[in-house]
Amino acid sequence: MSKVITMPSVASAPSKTPKAPPAAVLRVEHPGTEAMRMFLRNPAAIAGMVMLVLMLAVAIAGPWLYPADPFEIRTAPLTPPFSEDAWLGSDYLGRDVLTALIYGGRATLLVGAVAALLSVVIGITLGAFAGYYGGKVDAALMKLTEFFQVLPALLFAMVVVTLFSPTLVTVTLAIGIVSWTGTARLTRAEFMKYRGLEFVRAERAIGARDARIIWKVILPNALPPLVVSATLAIGAAILFEAGLSFLGLGDPNQMSWGLMIGSSRQYVLSCWWAVAFPGAAIFITVLAVSLIGDGLNDALNPKLRER
Amino acid sequence: MATGTDNNNGDALLRVQDLHVEFKTRRGQALVLNGVDFEIRAGETLCVVGESGCGKSMTALALLRLIPSPPGRIRDGRVLFQGEDLVQASDARMREVRGNRISMIFQEPMTSLNPVFTVGDQIGESLQLHAGLNAREARQRAIEMLRQVGIPAPERRVDEYPHQLSGGMRQRVMIAMALACRPDILIADEPTTALDVTVQAQIFDLLRELQREKGTAIMLITHDMGAVAEMADRVMVMYAGRVIEQGTAEQVLSEPGHPYTRGLIDCLPELGSSAAREGDVREDLAEIAGVVPSIWELGTGCAFRERCPRAMERCAAEVPPMFAVTGEVAAGTPHGAACWLHGEAFKTLEAREREAA
Amino acid sequence: MTFIGKTDTLLSVEDLKVHFPRGKSGWGRKPEVVKAVDGVSFAVRRGSTLAVVGESGSGKTTTALAVMRLAPVTSGRMQLGDTDLGALQGEALRQARTRMQIIFQDPFSSLNPRERAGAAVRAPLDLMRVGTPEERTRRVAELFEAVGLRPEQQHLFPHQFSGGQRQRINIARALATNPELVVCDEPVSALDIAIRAQILNLLARLQRELGLTYLFISHDMAVVEHICDDIAVMYLGQIVERAPRRSFFARPLHPYSVALMSAVPTVSGGRRRAANRIKLSGDPPSPIDPPKGCRFAGRCPVAEPACAAELPPLREVAPDHWVRCRRVDIVDGLPHPPLSIPESP
Repeated sequence: MSKVITMPSVASAPSKTPKAPPAAVLRVEHPGTEAMRMFLRNPAAIAGMVMLVLMLAVAIAGPWLYPADPFEIRTAPLTPPFSEDAWLGSDYLGRDVLTALIYGGRATLLVGAVAALLSVVIGITLGAFAGYYGGKVDAALMKLTEFFQVLPALLFAMVVVTLFSPTLVTVTLAIGIVSWTGTARLTRAEFMKYRGLEFVRAERAIGARDARIIWKVILPNALPPLVVSATLAIGAAILFEAGLSFLGLGDPNQMSWGLMIGSSRQYVLSCWWAVAFPGAAIFITVLAVSLIGDGLNDALNPKLRER
Repeated sequence: MATGTDNNNGDALLRVQDLHVEFKTRRGQALVLNGVDFEIRAGETLCVVGESGCGKSMTALALLRLIPSPPGRIRDGRVLFQGEDLVQASDARMREVRGNRISMIFQEPMTSLNPVFTVGDQIGESLQLHAGLNAREARQRAIEMLRQVGIPAPERRVDEYPHQLSGGMRQRVMIAMALACRPDILIADEPTTALDVTVQAQIFDLLRELQREKGTAIMLITHDMGAVAEMADRVMVMYAGRVIEQGTAEQVLSEPGHPYTRGLIDCLPELGSSAAREGDVREDLAEIAGVVPSIWELGTGCAFRERCPRAMERCAAEVPPMFAVTGEVAAGTPHGAACWLHGEAFKTLEAREREAA
Repeated sequence: MTFIGKTDTLLSVEDLKVHFPRGKSGWGRKPEVVKAVDGVSFAVRRGSTLAVVGESGSGKTTTALAVMRLAPVTSGRMQLGDTDLGALQGEALRQARTRMQIIFQDPFSSLNPRERAGAAVRAPLDLMRVGTPEERTRRVAELFEAVGLRPEQQHLFPHQFSGGQRQRINIARALATNPELVVCDEPVSALDIAIRAQILNLLARLQRELGLTYLFISHDMAVVEHICDDIAVMYLGQIVERAPRRSFFARPLHPYSVALMSAVPTVSGGRRRAANRIKLSGDPPSPIDPPKGCRFAGRCPVAEPACAAELPPLREVAPDHWVRCRRVDIVDGLPHPPLSIPESP
């Protein structure tokens, strides 16, 4: 229902008006560009991006550029790294570490990213409703959260994976289902903080509905700590997946970094390269993701810009 | 022509000379206090008036060396207290002074009190620290202080927590804490801004009474001109990190020497204005045009020149020193304004005009 | 109680009550009820300003929020023109919001820090689908100029403005949908004194030019005297005095009104005024369990035993001048306050 605006002409305010801030401050920049610029000013964030892009490139392009079967036994077992036929050495079975590393990246990163996304989506949604509506909704959702928090995550994931046979999908779901509670509590706290603020009340006064207030008004404000939490979630999911694979509960048909570490764990002393390289890969990925999360946090917070 | 160097009544307990405080920011060094001179005399109330950003709170913090030290520092100047320069004093000496010889109370009684300690514990803390009392003695004195600040049933209240008290009572507790060790100077930074006006009246009464009894000097920071009229013996007006006017309350309020002070007083709605009004026509309030310039926009010359209705060419070129203001009120006691209007040359011109009229 | 319905009344409120349950109920215990607003009635003429004055706990802000339907109404009638505000639900309520807007006290927290100024002012137009997008853009620029900001500043974020400028943005947003009623909840209390004058003048000018009706909540008597046409004084959830400006400020009748006026420090009054001040002891009673009789009796300097026995009704003692005090007598047709300010301010 549109209404024709009729506004009696309002004379501009008399000349005794406050001066506008000096021209230098009047940047008219798209918010996305501005955020990107802030992000790129942060050396740690750039380092993180570079590392992650590298990892992603290896995981995505590697198998295409270097087609091989990571499970294939190609060389003599326990070949040390930097030798001719096995650049990063081979494990106790004779599987090439480099091939496994390249192919393993896919599973690890994919599971890590999707599981983290799942946990964050569940966590933010539940936390937002709990924090915004309060009362009975909050009480019920918090009981649910407590249940999942009290559950030993690893054991529960193990049960899920074992029950539904370990595939990438079940592993991802299992990780996602147990990891959302921290994000949920964080989101709830943020929403509780914001819902009492005057600008939220002002939104209601101008006719905004709940959905707009939750997703378009409060959530963008609550984002910085949630972004950090989400990137930590990626790191945690990657480690979780590695853990499950390490225990032999991951998808046995998919090479992953966790599987590499797990299968060679008895041979650490004699075959350190089979464990160290995938371990380093996990470390670099998780570090990269954390640095990016930090950089995003700073870039997304408009208040930090003017200092 | 500078004022503040001679005292007619009372000795100068505290003398601040040429205080400069700067803060390190991304854009460079921000000079928050730019040459502040004043003194506080024994037993008097000095009101510090100004709007946000003028540096009044910063001045108070500087006196007690409470300026957050990594970004901020006292760049220049002296704070002479009983013959000693507090700017140079050791940390240990400052700890002796704070809460003991110079105390401070803040604006928000809600957040100034520690929520997990009882009121009695908090009052007793400075007594135990400075006066060497043991816990039981400190508690007794705390009860006594609560009674003096007008809290009913102090023996019961002494064991209560801050959240169990109202805003007005919390502020009274803060005053009790501040005065427990009988300091020479009490600095009150907007102590009643967060309180109801009837509670404010009670707090002002309390401060006046305690001052009478204990002879404490009070440095009252406020933006409320009415409070100044009630409480102040002397006033100093600050703008953009400088003191731009000083004098007795009567002088500054009835014959303000600086256009900014004049503007502040004129732009206030006064009680009783409706009686004078013709019919229902509402006159606009007098305005001071513009906004306080940011630290980076000050440039040369007087900081107020952009908004001043009486700005001259000279104002943009040089910062005016504190000139003596001659007036009818309390002639003879120093009244100073940092404004070229009171410079010699201009005075002669005005006098000539007045004679001609 | 009824009041004279004026033909040009924009907002009328009758016996408004807002009671909040506090604390958890359970195991047979009933939760405490905070009677924030306990029977408030007033009418505001179109184009005028009604100031509602009181201290903390008086219920003035809750009254304003209830009128705006931002706080739950326990009982009572509220009428905006012909519309029954209390009965509105859902979409109809949303639509009604184009006619009434609010300006909050704290310019810092009433703007979304992540929303640019222009977007904030435009939001009500988008939400209510007023006009075409081009018209809305033009309107936002118009509003910025009307409140004394430059349209180029639309792209800045709230933290890049000063307090006074932020309040101007709030005002622009409130005016976006061309409301009839604007509720001002202490709009200048958080501002510096020089800026206060600017904003008050702006509000007055906008009222003149746009024919706005203001419900002005404040605790600052001097500001109220300057800006209001009528005034209502609240104490502990009830109106204790209601009168036109002249009548009230010439002679406030209720002892609380008198004490409130007396408590305000003024430049001209100085120390003399402080010395003659009417002193109120203690703190206001709790709104959870208000006393049976006159709620001010406990602190009133001129209370009598009968005052605490029964709650006095609001009665008209002079044309349009209503007081809730049994000790106000009418002598020779003029009301006589039981307590007066010792010296005029």
